[in-house]
Amino acid sequence: MPSIVKPVATHPSLQRNELGLTIRDYEGSMSTLCAGCGHDSITAAIVRALWEVAMPPHMLAKMSGIGCSSKTPAYFVNGAHGFNSAHGRMPAITTGANAANRDVTYIGVSGDGDSLSIGIGHMCHAIRRNVRMVYIIENNGVYGLTKGQFSASADVGSKSKRGEPNQIPPIDPVLLALSIGATFVARSFSGDKEQLVPILKAALAHRGLSLIDVISPCVTFNDHSGSTKSYLHTRKHATTATEADFVPPASEILAHIAQNGVTTVTMHDGSVVRFRSVPESYDPSDRARVTAYLLEREKKREIVTGLLFIDESLPDLHEANKTSDVPLARLPFEKLCPGAATLDKLQEDFR
Amino acid sequence: MYNTAKQVGPPSSWPRACVKPTDVQNANYFHKVVDCQWACPAHTNVPEYIRLIAQGRYTDAYMLNRQSNVFPAILGRTCDRPCEPACRRGRLDGKPVAICRLKRVAADLRGEIAHLLPKIPNQKNGKRIACIGAGPASLTVANDLLPLGYQVTIFEKQDKPGGLMRSNIPAFRLPEAVLTEEIDIIVNLGAEIRYNSPIASMQALLNQGFDAIFVGSGAPRGKDLDIPGRHDTDRIHIGIDWLESIAFGHIDSIGERVLIIGVGNTAMDCCRSSRRLGGREIKVMARRPRPYFKASPWELDDAEEEGVEIVVNHAPKNFVIEGGTLKGMIFERLEWDGDARRSRTLDEIFLPADDVILAIGQENAFPWIERDTGIEFGKWDMPVVDDLTMQSTRPGVFFGGDSAFGPKNIIWAVEHGHQAAISIHDFCEGIPVTERPTYGMNLVSQKMGISEWSYHNDYNPVARQKMKHVDLVQRFENLNIEVELGFTAEQTAREVERCLNCDIETVFAAPRCIECDACVDVCPVQCLTIARNADELELRTRLSAPPLNLDQALFASEPLPQTTRVMLKDEDLCVHCGLCAERCPTAAWDMQKFDLLIPYAGAKACSSSCVPA
Repeated sequence: MPSIVKPVATHPSLQRNELGLTIRDYEGSMSTLCAGCGHDSITAAIVRALWEVAMPPHMLAKMSGIGCSSKTPAYFVNGAHGFNSAHGRMPAITTGANAANRDVTYIGVSGDGDSLSIGIGHMCHAIRRNVRMVYIIENNGVYGLTKGQFSASADVGSKSKRGEPNQIPPIDPVLLALSIGATFVARSFSGDKEQLVPILKAALAHRGLSLIDVISPCVTFNDHSGSTKSYLHTRKHATTATEADFVPPASEILAHIAQNGVTTVTMHDGSVVRFRSVPESYDPSDRARVTAYLLEREKKREIVTGLLFIDESLPDLHEANKTSDVPLARLPFEKLCPGAATLDKLQEDFR
Repeated sequence: MYNTAKQVGPPSSWPRACVKPTDVQNANYFHKVVDCQWACPAHTNVPEYIRLIAQGRYTDAYMLNRQSNVFPAILGRTCDRPCEPACRRGRLDGKPVAICRLKRVAADLRGEIAHLLPKIPNQKNGKRIACIGAGPASLTVANDLLPLGYQVTIFEKQDKPGGLMRSNIPAFRLPEAVLTEEIDIIVNLGAEIRYNSPIASMQALLNQGFDAIFVGSGAPRGKDLDIPGRHDTDRIHIGIDWLESIAFGHIDSIGERVLIIGVGNTAMDCCRSSRRLGGREIKVMARRPRPYFKASPWELDDAEEEGVEIVVNHAPKNFVIEGGTLKGMIFERLEWDGDARRSRTLDEIFLPADDVILAIGQENAFPWIERDTGIEFGKWDMPVVDDLTMQSTRPGVFFGGDSAFGPKNIIWAVEHGHQAAISIHDFCEGIPVTERPTYGMNLVSQKMGISEWSYHNDYNPVARQKMKHVDLVQRFENLNIEVELGFTAEQTAREVERCLNCDIETVFAAPRCIECDACVDVCPVQCLTIARNADELELRTRLSAPPLNLDQALFASEPLPQTTRVMLKDEDLCVHCGLCAERCPTAAWDMQKFDLLIPYAGAKACSSSCVPA
């Protein structure tokens, strides 16, 4: 597959965003993942979302760890920064990068292996600290790179390609995140870009960490009839909790469009996310009820999708720590490290 | 994401019902995707011969061409190229593949072909066919019928064959040696040409007992311009007659100041011929603005390169003759409305001239066909000819080329010849000529392995190669110096890579699709969409990219297994890169080579054979 190059030919009506870039300018190298991998669809959704919000490529950092999912940052926005970290360390490295340069937008792409096994501790603490980043878990329930062993997100009873059922209960990243104070939690499906793209755009505008669990079928090891993370199973069992619509800050907000069951949340940057709850009673701002709803649906083996929980009021890492508005990376050295005398003086204050 | 202002609305008359799955078993669907082949009257398999040229297989490329268009070397220089405006590449980067020039490359570089030509049976079938006029239509009839054992006699009024290819196309565009060589191939198959044998009476010919008669006598009469002064001098010439006189050596000079009336391809040949016979100040006079010219753009370019001036918006009013000598012409200067339908005369202007050449069109003339032979004549005194069978109202008498429906071009004449040959054979066999043999197709997967396809699917962004010409001094030294030098090896190597291989079709098997979106995501020109079925009007608004060209088909699949949505493909801009098939996990998409099976005389109907995807 590496020999196949995407033609430079484009559709004549290809439009440019406000930066003058076409959607093709947000592409990366050709994917070397298996043909039909859900991850490639997520990549296409990321490309679309970044193009639509006119993200300047040099203000983006693509962060990842190890795994099939962690290869995908190579497949979007060639012009962005990036860090491919050790297995499971993507959230830790991103926390550090964010601490040093708060002006950059961070997209972390991880998988169920990288985030729910080896890196689960790092993920939990990044969520707790509310590091401003988009945290995508490309969740396929198996370890694809090592030939399809069950991962920590495999459902009980879901079968491996050879037919053995999984017996260990799964970690649901959405419930886990809710329980440790996440401020933006969503679940989607690689095969549903109409839902995923607005969620990604809202996540990019969110004040803190936006966790998006995306069911992304492994076409090679986990797309068979016994799997609960196949294309067919996901399509059959997905139910929508909310339909989100992202309105960028520059757009006029027409209040009269708001209909019954529509909630609007104003984001940190002035943009607006408009929700329509599909079960009318669903309230994406009530952590306890969202958790209860998810648990109840999980019992029925339903996969609840949509922007599930949002709280735009909680401070992110920098606000909580009252750091400088100017990114640390851009502070002059004398200011960043004022010298031994200042340190001595500071220590004197504590005596 | 897309500029919707450019979007073209589909006709409102479309039925508002779900689209039916596209019937790809009908050879027409995939044939239409191969824009060049579809546009070619003879349906020449262009992408295949371009690939053969790319592989250096010039002889094979020539023979593939010859199968459908019979005169590759002649057409490689003179074809009207209906394929090129149709070429998909033109819709992508503005310039179509130089198909015609590549055809010439195959002809120029081919090797021996004698052993590849159809075998002529020693035992004839006893049927005698008469063809009138040794032009491209009659020669094609002979080419198709001789291998079946027919005896073909061609009656030609001149002492050389070729018809308008010889008399109207100047030698600096089509060298005589090239013309002769390709005609000789057919003569050597056993066609008997009787030179200096104009047919004076159709009845007399009918009385000679031929089993069928084919009329391929062209449109030999140039239109005249009856305005004051027309008949008071001998310096006003009818374009096609004048060109013919040059071709047969009767004229070898012209005055310095020449006016050409009309702006079609004949006018271009006249002005460029004038330039070589002594013309210095040559003006081509057009009534209408440039976008409405009949001449091919490249012929206009070539004429202007040689210093010919093309004057627009001038309508001839009268000739100015003083003392029996042509002095010039008076023209009305016109101003046209927006779409050049109505004009207003601004003033009159005198332009001096030593010679005037009229190139304002051609007409058919059949003074030699008696009106009581059963051959009916209709509008404009044209014979009534069926456009499928090429048969006149008298069974056994067929027409083709310019004599059938008025002036067209060589490639149409060839196609008429093929169709007439089918009819003549069926007529002689007692099969109703209206039972036309069907076209068929072969579809064969091009997948060789993982990421391996048996065709070059790279999109090469190289620009269309420019034909080099003999320099502007040297080319006028002799009337016979061919101006176009032909592509160099390097130019050929680049130009062949511009072809998109449209005949390598994207073939879709809906039952295998798992709707992973991989194909939709990877397509560089956004031609794929998975959507809920609706009527075509609605679906066209839901495509990944707006449909810019409603003449291009919209493929719709059977309902997809998981969601009953349908796979849609706008055929307009597909670059046939094969990435959809490359990224498809279930081989629901496959790249398959489409081979149109074209029936010729004596062949049974072509049946399709497709290897299932």
